[in-house]
Amino acid sequence: MVTGKTIFSKVWDSHLLAERPDGQSLIYVDRHLTHEVTSPLAFEALRKAGRRVRRPDLTFAVMDHNVPTGDRSLPVSDEMSSKQMKALTGNATQFGLTLFDYFSPYQGISHVIGPELGLTIPGITLTCGDSHTSTHGALGALALGIGSSEGEHVFATQSIWIKKPREMAITLRGRLRKGVTSKDVILSVIRRIGTGGAIGNVVEFVGEATSNFSVEERLTITNMAIEGGARTAIISPDEKVYEYIRGSKFAPTGADWGDALEQWRSLPTDPGAVYDSRIDFNISELEPQVSWGTNPAMTVGVTESIPSPSEAPTKEDALSVERALKYMGLAPGTRITDIPLDTVFIGSCTNARLSDLTESARVIKGNHVNKDVRALVVPGSQLVKRRAEELGLDKIFVEAGFEWRNSGCSMCIGMNEDKLSPGERCASTSNRNFENRQGPGGRTHLVSPIMAAAAALHGRFIDTREVELIDPEELAPGGLNA
Amino acid sequence: MPEPLREVIGKACPLEADDVDTDQIFPAQFLKAIERRGMESYLFYGLRHDERGNVHGRFVLDRPEFRGARILVAGKNFGIGSSRENAVWALTDYGIRCIIASSFGDIFYNNASKNGLLCIRLPGQAVRDLRERAATAKLTLTVDLAGQTISDGRTSVAFEAEPHIKERLLKGMDDVTFTLENYEAEIREYERRIPRFVIPRTPRSS
Repeated sequence: MVTGKTIFSKVWDSHLLAERPDGQSLIYVDRHLTHEVTSPLAFEALRKAGRRVRRPDLTFAVMDHNVPTGDRSLPVSDEMSSKQMKALTGNATQFGLTLFDYFSPYQGISHVIGPELGLTIPGITLTCGDSHTSTHGALGALALGIGSSEGEHVFATQSIWIKKPREMAITLRGRLRKGVTSKDVILSVIRRIGTGGAIGNVVEFVGEATSNFSVEERLTITNMAIEGGARTAIISPDEKVYEYIRGSKFAPTGADWGDALEQWRSLPTDPGAVYDSRIDFNISELEPQVSWGTNPAMTVGVTESIPSPSEAPTKEDALSVERALKYMGLAPGTRITDIPLDTVFIGSCTNARLSDLTESARVIKGNHVNKDVRALVVPGSQLVKRRAEELGLDKIFVEAGFEWRNSGCSMCIGMNEDKLSPGERCASTSNRNFENRQGPGGRTHLVSPIMAAAAALHGRFIDTREVELIDPEELAPGGLNA
Repeated sequence: MPEPLREVIGKACPLEADDVDTDQIFPAQFLKAIERRGMESYLFYGLRHDERGNVHGRFVLDRPEFRGARILVAGKNFGIGSSRENAVWALTDYGIRCIIASSFGDIFYNNASKNGLLCIRLPGQAVRDLRERAATAKLTLTVDLAGQTISDGRTSVAFEAEPHIKERLLKGMDDVTFTLENYEAEIREYERRIPRFVIPRTPRSS
């Protein structure tokens, strides 16, 4: 019997250099993205061993994790950040890499710029020293987050040793209600499978709802698959993906574009392909999601209440809930819509692309941020920022009382000046609500861009299914043609 | 290149928590080093320090009876989250050589294998039992990697080790040298076949 192949196995097989009896496979790496925080020690190791970067033409460096998001004409005040940024400039120069530095018009979060610049394309293998590398899988790439030692190995050999992951299919069926987003879908998936539910697996998202999502909605889903433990995530590419890439800075052109399309159209998973496990989700009844605890699986619907440790199935779970509630300063039984907020952060590699900012603006326009709330927008890249400004979105945010910043990882990881203070409570479009993630003592609630926008206006969470969304056409009269 | 790791003999310390993410093991504010040294002072920083940044002494690794522990017995999903290898470096700099848990984050598990830190998966109940015994501060274990056993001197339990990780730890192997010495031909052959469209066009000024 002939069984179909999954996209994962097609990409895996075509990049397989060697298999060892001990279960390790050597995979060629077509694209390596590197940033200022996890790369210095890998470059240092190369220097010590007298090695070069094997393929500088396939290696791209970007400053994202610790860059300030304020005025770029001012010096970087944090001495350690400045040192790491200078180190990356020095290393990119020494090893001959293309660098998107602090001042580059293409600077941005690696997982935003890869897809938008055409560096990420279907069918390639891609590595980056960052766990959210799974993001790039939305375009049909096999994308792996790696550590610094593995980064050094990719620099020197353009390959990676990896044990072949198991394959899990997550089928998304149905159609979302207005005001519910792909962020709510992935949060509810993680809630269901748990933080370790997909450990050791590459998750392929399939089903008609996956196909119906835009490329940027898919990027949000693959981005957060790591929070369910997945080694990575992947989605079979389609015409929407090819359109997304066409014409971007590094996209194939001319005859190469035709060759690329021909290969890309052979990548989608064949009918009848077999997975190690399958999970089905119907998203039609899904309500907007809000995380209440200290990992992304600790999430409930907006009409629900804070859970109680006494309802936890095991002693360990009860302990986790208790500890999370203590950290979050929340009492069991509190309604989600009764939680008062101090800060709203719209940003990160999860939800800071143009469509995320557009969706938020549909809620914000003509309204004003609650007087008790500090609200900021940090676009995912300088290109997203420019495009948003061309549409006039910056004015909508600024007039409503938001800060409009330059790009970087910013308050998702709190390595620059954008941090929460101890006890400060934030509705955030980012991906991790771990203790101290957005700043020591900070309290994070993960939400969609629409929920974040609504929360900024009201100072608390509200059911975004009932929020008025301005028609995108009316958002920016004249828009690009103004 | 890590030192070879054949066995770990030492006190076991219990860490009674599931989902210990790498942000907890090594907070982001300390990721700004461009050299690798002294990472142990940032290990579990938020759990070990008070608001003023002083060690409060209540965290298990700071309690006198667990000082010098070599083996950490955790829960499930240890090391999930960020890919930061600093989490592994901080643990090894502190002196931890072996972590026993019922599951690990994939990237953490890989990073550990490249730095002489042995991660052992045992069934949930076995981990719970060991953790409870470790809580007495009187549990000294001998972890024999070659023989794949954990022993307390009287009884011994077997554990599974992935062959490649076992070999790498036993030999203190450097992956880069290994790959270049053995697989250069395969890499070069592959590079001859890469389609043109996969290689990004010569960038315009960025």
